[in-house]
Amino acid sequence: MAVLQRLKHVTQEYDGKIVLRGVSLSVRRGEVLSIIGPNGAGKTTLLRIMGLLDKPVGGEVIYRGVKVRKSNAPHIRSKITMVFQRAVLFNTTVFDNIAYGLKLRGYSSDEIERRVGRVLERVGMEKFSKRRAKTLSGGEQQRVVIARALVLEPELLLLDEPTANLDPTNVTIVEEIIRSLKNNAAVVVTTHNLFQARRLPDRVVCLLDGAVIDVGKTDDIFRHPKDERTRKFISGKLF
Amino acid sequence: MLITVLGEWGLNKVVGIMLIAAICSFASLAYIETLRRTEDKLMVATTTSLYDTGLLDVIADRYRAKYGTNLYFIPLGSGQSLEHAKRGDADAVLVHSPSLENQFLQENAGGARKIIAYNFFAIVGPGDDPTNIENLSPLAALQRIAQVKATWVSRGDNSGTHMKEKNLWQEAGFDPTELRNDWYLESSSGMGRTLSIANEQRAYTLADMGTYLKFHRNNLIDLEVLVSQGKELLNVYSVMAVNPSAHPYLNFNDAVRFIEFLVSSEGQNIIDEFGRSEFGRPLFYPAVELLRENTDPQLVSWIRDYAFFENSECPPRYRLGQEELYE
Amino acid sequence: MSELLEIVIISLWISGTALLLSLLWSIPIALTLGLRRFRGRGTLISFFNAMLGIPTVALGLILYLILSRGGPLGILGLLYTPTAIIIGQAILITPIIVSLLTSAIEAVDPEIMNLARTLGASERQASLAVLGEARKGGILAGVAAFNRAVSELGIALMLGGGIAGWTRVMSTEIQRATGAGEFLLSIQLAAVLLTIVFALTFLMNLLRRD
Ligand SMILES: Nc1ncnc2c1ncn2[C@@H]1O[C@H](COP(=O)(O)OP(=O)(O)OP(=O)(O)O)[C@@H](O)[C@H]1O
Ligand SMILES: [Mg+2]
Repeated sequence: MAVLQRLKHVTQEYDGKIVLRGVSLSVRRGEVLSIIGPNGAGKTTLLRIMGLLDKPVGGEVIYRGVKVRKSNAPHIRSKITMVFQRAVLFNTTVFDNIAYGLKLRGYSSDEIERRVGRVLERVGMEKFSKRRAKTLSGGEQQRVVIARALVLEPELLLLDEPTANLDPTNVTIVEEIIRSLKNNAAVVVTTHNLFQARRLPDRVVCLLDGAVIDVGKTDDIFRHPKDERTRKFISGKLF
Repeated sequence: MLITVLGEWGLNKVVGIMLIAAICSFASLAYIETLRRTEDKLMVATTTSLYDTGLLDVIADRYRAKYGTNLYFIPLGSGQSLEHAKRGDADAVLVHSPSLENQFLQENAGGARKIIAYNFFAIVGPGDDPTNIENLSPLAALQRIAQVKATWVSRGDNSGTHMKEKNLWQEAGFDPTELRNDWYLESSSGMGRTLSIANEQRAYTLADMGTYLKFHRNNLIDLEVLVSQGKELLNVYSVMAVNPSAHPYLNFNDAVRFIEFLVSSEGQNIIDEFGRSEFGRPLFYPAVELLRENTDPQLVSWIRDYAFFENSECPPRYRLGQEELYE
Repeated sequence: MSELLEIVIISLWISGTALLLSLLWSIPIALTLGLRRFRGRGTLISFFNAMLGIPTVALGLILYLILSRGGPLGILGLLYTPTAIIIGQAILITPIIVSLLTSAIEAVDPEIMNLARTLGASERQASLAVLGEARKGGILAGVAAFNRAVSELGIALMLGGGIAGWTRVMSTEIQRATGAGEFLLSIQLAAVLLTIVFALTFLMNLLRRD
């Protein structure tokens, strides 16, 4: 499988505090990659760099073989979509929230209506199209922000804890959607849910204290963790 | 272009609003500018007392009907009008303060001065006249007011009326700069407000007839005219063109035509008739024929004493080449 | 009555144009202050806050000296034209729009900018998305600014001169008519002015509701 995005020795710091220490990893086309790790490990930080929203202080990001620079970042960013850990919504209707990215891409209003309708149906939110997005429940908001990213059909979809707020039925729905995307896109999912990490991704990256301590096929990581800390983490005994 | 604009509008209303804002504001600014540059207009700085009577509106209408030129009157008070004119912000001035006008001429700031009208100021006060100044001469009235410290409201705004008032106090033997005290108040505002203050304070004040009659007739004040006779109360209005040599963009030709209009029999008739139907008496008396024919020698000598310089309404060196105005 | 109508229309037109003109620079200034972090930003914000209460007569006087024929921009011949009042009022209301809009923008969730970017917005489009989220504050800023412009006296008087049918606006005419004892006209104009200000505020509250 061809590599879609590669990170090389990426470091990041906030106010002088090092949060990522030379992270290198690659995302391949057509795979679901999970990033697991305890709170504060740097998962969100890493995802924001992959989404080209933050610039790392060191290292480089390569997308489809091209090094990301300030000049080409906006163009590349339009092929990558990130869903934030906390649902961030425009203060408008559900429809307008989802239509935003499509409008930017210049689709006709008929086409926008069709696509938004389809994606809302997919996440089971078709009845909420006219609702003000901020009046929805936590799980409903979560499904809207996922739909908002899905509708853009990005090459690389970055999901930060996408199912944290969802009930079991909706977790299943969203996981099915993620799996169905694999053919056309790469999906990176962070999660604390070890069951999810076990059943959803093709590969797993284990992040601890800003460094990748383990990476491999899901089965290998869970059956034969190379690193002692990984083993502890997946059995819930780390710290 | 249109498609991108519409696309942007759909994309984000804010961009649309900004675009519309830009288009509207520039369009209307451009509109004003074209209006302004194509139209004929004359800026005349003038005194509030004249402006507020409505006489100038009548003059502006008749003038526009005749010449197609808009007269823009800016009401400022005599002192301020002359200052604006010196800066080149007006084409002509219509004022009533001979001493300031003389200074204005001497500074070569303007010329072609013509006296167009006169009337009399009045000392007004409470109807029961507690200080008993009625029928005194103007100067005796002021002396009586100062003696008993009856409240006096001064304009205090360097208007023509204020200059007149200061002269009167001086002639009555007082230094107006030292007068301000508990019975001599300065309103620092126009005639109307000064009359209102005098009314509230049961005070005396010097008023121009036009404003006084308007306030009195509308029952806004119950002050009465107590002294209105005497050379000292003479009020003379004159017009001058601003000297274009300092400010070449000035509309000097129209300013001269405006002066000619005011001294013509048509202009003088407007002044004569104004206020007769509304107030039952004229507010201003035309001066041109009076001065030319000397029909009332005593009045003419008063005007000459008060408002002539070097025995002329405009000494030849200040006539800006408009000799025909003085034939 | 037609005289009254003319004054009202001129007023609305002058102050409306001043508002639109001011938006052209106030929105970018507010976006810069609200979204970017740079040295001197705090000083600039305090400056605009301090200018909120600038006396209109002071601003009017300064602009008079600049626009007067004897002043540095005298050759433009702008004094005593609606353009002069529009410029003056546009400057007067700039601090109102900038201050209110900047704090509205600061109150927007900072992640909105990143959200817009990840959904494909350019930097400019992302700024506009933030502005869109700040729209309630924006409407308040616009209405407050317009109300201030249409009610102010100092600038209209000093830069406009109150010329009938040209620069005579509600505030100058109320002042003139009151001084001249024409109370009926003053009261009518004051009533219209108050109605406009209240109606706009009412309309704003409707718009600001979700
Ligand atoms: N804007 C910031 N300023 C300062 N420190 C930050 C900032 N954002 C993150 N950090 C710190 O960086 C570290 C990594 O944060 P990050 O959000 O990437 O963790 P995470 O792995 O996503 O954790 P969680 O599982 O809780 O979501 C944490 O210690 C956090 O406190
Ligand atoms: Mg996180």
